[in-house]
Amino acid sequence: MKILVAVKRVIDYNVQIRVKEDGSGVHTDNVKMSTNPPDDNAIEEAVKLKESGKVKEVVAITIGEEKAQETVRKALAVGADRGIHVKADTYIEPLGIAKILKKVVEKEKPDMVFLGKQAIDDDCNQTGQMLAAMLNWPQGTFTSKVNLKDKTMEIVREIDEGLETIEINLPAIVTCDLRLNEPRYAALPNIMKAKKKPMEQMVAKDLGIDLTNRIQQLKVEEPPKRKGGIKVSSVAELVSKLKNEAKVI
Amino acid sequence: MSLLLIAEHDNSKLKVFTLNAINAASKIDGDIHVLVAGSGCENVAKEVAAVPLVKKVLFCDSPNYKNYLPENLAPLVTKISEKYDQIVASANTFGKNFMPRVAAALDVSQVSDVTKINSADTFVRPIYAGNAFATVKSNDKKKCITIRPTSFDPAPKTGGSAQVEKIEAVAVSNNSKFIKREETKSERPELGTARVVISGGRGMESADNFKLITAIADKLNAAVGASRAAVDAGYISNDHQVGQTGKVVVPDLYIAVGISGAIQHLAGMKESKIIVAINKDGEAPIFSIADYGLEADLFKALPEFLTELNKLNTIQK
Ligand SMILES: Cc1cc2nc3c(=O)[nH]c(=O)nc-3n(C[C@H](O)[C@H](O)[C@H](O)COP(=O)(O)OP(=O)(O)OC[C@H]3O[C@@H](n4cnc5c(N)ncnc54)[C@H](O)[C@@H]3O)c2cc1C
Ligand SMILES: Nc1ncnc2c1ncn2[C@@H]1O[C@H](COP(=O)(O)O)[C@@H](O)[C@H]1O
Repeated sequence: MKILVAVKRVIDYNVQIRVKEDGSGVHTDNVKMSTNPPDDNAIEEAVKLKESGKVKEVVAITIGEEKAQETVRKALAVGADRGIHVKADTYIEPLGIAKILKKVVEKEKPDMVFLGKQAIDDDCNQTGQMLAAMLNWPQGTFTSKVNLKDKTMEIVREIDEGLETIEINLPAIVTCDLRLNEPRYAALPNIMKAKKKPMEQMVAKDLGIDLTNRIQQLKVEEPPKRKGGIKVSSVAELVSKLKNEAKVI
Repeated sequence: MSLLLIAEHDNSKLKVFTLNAINAASKIDGDIHVLVAGSGCENVAKEVAAVPLVKKVLFCDSPNYKNYLPENLAPLVTKISEKYDQIVASANTFGKNFMPRVAAALDVSQVSDVTKINSADTFVRPIYAGNAFATVKSNDKKKCITIRPTSFDPAPKTGGSAQVEKIEAVAVSNNSKFIKREETKSERPELGTARVVISGGRGMESADNFKLITAIADKLNAAVGASRAAVDAGYISNDHQVGQTGKVVVPDLYIAVGISGAIQHLAGMKESKIIVAINKDGEAPIFSIADYGLEADLFKALPEFLTELNKLNTIQK
């Protein structure tokens, strides 16, 4: 079996982002970039399935500017076999990303596509579900456990009420939660070896897909700042303030 | 303009967030029709028909929709959507699961997690874990939007009498199967709608120590929340997680105990009216957004807190 894993390059989750003064977006110059965190879990799960012998090949794909290749190199360093970089110099919204992935799926014919459940920059939480609809495949979203069988997979999903277990037929889409596994770190020799693994290049606008974004970003603003509060010196003072000042208890 | 809103329910009762989404949808001019798809969910259809803002209820009763599998639900919604300009659902794990499938089938770019509706095509939504808000305009003819429920009040529940129209189920592909749902049952208020929330973090150190939190929750009629670290460590189940990848809460009072205040956690609670932080590290970032900060060891502070609350003769419910 073969797994395609989609990895996105985003501003590192530890960075406190800054909104541009002109409202056109957020500052990205000299900002640390990393793989979207749940995409690391997606890679990890795919690599674990490969190590278990159930899966033959893991292919990592990213769509983005030249530097987005770093995310694929990182995936190769932790065990993916092959990489694909679809070059795109401007932001493509999830609908367009899903269309590109669909093209690649039709060519690669994987049994599963793993994605993160949400990109931590646009917080859209759409791409996997859209791809599933386009391919007419079943989906396991917000997944925290995967049990791959012969022709199906059992998925445990995190939902608002708790956990849900479903069984979906292959081929299928899985979007991963951070609790799915503990992503490994790449060992230095493997980082070196990853440089020699194959990376196929494509150009998004040559794929024959209309990638015009439908959603126009008019402006980006900072949220209103919360006024700093006070420190209280005792529990008694806290309770008194909550009762008499804030009047919330 | 006509809007189709997809109701969330458990086949016997409507989930409250649907009311928040209905209220949000009412900010867009147009008739609101609500789809109630499920199995044996006639009561839900009745409940929705009583909501004054609702013009019509589309009622589809079929075993296909019993467990809201998106593979089954999305084709139904897509088919009905032909006649509508806006397709709306809540931005929770229910709406997030099926709505992008509908959007893709309609070749529409979805606007996720809307916190403000400026007009029929212009919306505000958080990005970067709520550290920025984007005003976006959808140029699609049809719109698919999901509503952040806690950013809108719930619509009034009674007084209406919308027409209920039965509709046919559509064929399903049987490529997915529901097995089970493990719901955390609790007598306490729901996390998403509670007036008071008390959350514990890694500082709680164990599942057992969460007793200190639940005792106070019971006293304050509060819901119990948690940081991702506390859930990851197995102190409490995933449905309690507050934050960028958990739930968003906007209570009147949020009490964060043993939580450092990572941006991903703040994403889920920083709109709360009053924030209290209890943390032994005076430098913890949570203090920068807390209205009342108590620098203390939680193992000492929480029992004292309970004692002080017990001294009060009345507590707001
Ligand atoms: C993509 C992504 C998404 C994420 N989503 C979420 C999310 O949705 N929600 C979320 O919460 N996190 C999320 N996180 C994790 C987040 O970055 C933090 O790691 C997490 O919030 C930390 O939890 P914590 O504050 O409980 O633990 P810590 O950061 O370890 O803080 C523990 C705090 O407890 C205090 N403490 C310890 N002992 C005591 C004591 N005896 N008395 C008083 N105080 C004490 C310490 O001083 C410390 O401040 C996400 C991370 C990523 C990468
Ligand atoms: N540009 C991209 N390149 C590769 N994968 C992507 C890209 N954008 C989104 N994805 C995948 O889709 C998931 C969900 O993204 P989103 O729908 O934007 O929240 C991410 O976790 C990735 O796995």
